[in-house]
Amino acid sequence: MSDLPASDLITPDAGEAAILGLASVSILKAAPLTRLSFRAREASLKKAGTAFGVALPVKPLTSTTTAKRAALWMGPDEWTLLAPEEDLQAVAVGIEGKLDGEPHALVDVSDRSDAVIVTGERAAWLLNTGIFVDFSLESFPVGTVTRTLFHKSPVMIWRIGPEAFVVEAWGSFMDYVAGLLVQCAQELEAV
Amino acid sequence: MLLIYCPYCQIERAEIEFRCGGEAHIARPSDPEKATDDDWVEFLYMRSNTKGIAAERWRHIHGCGRFFNAVRDTVSDEFLKVYKTGEAKPDLEAIAREAGK
Repeated sequence: MSDLPASDLITPDAGEAAILGLASVSILKAAPLTRLSFRAREASLKKAGTAFGVALPVKPLTSTTTAKRAALWMGPDEWTLLAPEEDLQAVAVGIEGKLDGEPHALVDVSDRSDAVIVTGERAAWLLNTGIFVDFSLESFPVGTVTRTLFHKSPVMIWRIGPEAFVVEAWGSFMDYVAGLLVQCAQELEAV
Repeated sequence: MLLIYCPYCQIERAEIEFRCGGEAHIARPSDPEKATDDDWVEFLYMRSNTKGIAAERWRHIHGCGRFFNAVRDTVSDEFLKVYKTGEAKPDLEAIAREAGK
């Protein structure tokens, strides 16, 4: 996984066993992260990007990353900012300091969701068992991020590699999402 | 499956990601202090319930989360036009003519 963007950020949780480990697709629980929900007007974006360490994407459904930072487009005035768990304070203080007096909202939502990393040649196929989105590389290139529905649970899908996806769901929904992914993958074992 | 174009995400997505928010272009009384009970009734409850071409608010709730407006044929469920919140109400009759309704 070391060749993927944001590879220092999205890492498998070392203390957790793999949720699924087939030859064609595997699911690993991701290590805890700092997640910040950021909403602001256009005039504040540049400053926020400078303070955060990576420019906020303005093109819909895209993301920008460095080794330890990721900014994900969620809506025309909404971003999710990812950083290593220990950087929460530094990032929050840094952005708040730059945007003093400008209307914005920066909220720590680190514990709202859990993430799993789905990798392998059948990763897109597996996600498509519950998501009505075209995951071909032409229409969903690496770096694309979107919120959508997985069966009945709202999820966030972020493509971090041609065959690697981050699937984020609210903490209490994660058992449902991971459980259904594992169940759907049984079809792969059967053939 | 019905696909709906989101003007903010600039992509077509499945209908299950969206929620309908009722009739569009209903303005809240600009001076609430002076609005009469009848004004409030009109604003809160009275809807045209069009059969045919209607402008509606839609929300991409399981995507970008934003509200936008859409012109939809309420009979055939066909989306004829989507536009962002704040943009002027389009000429519904012209859209209907163009669509041959």
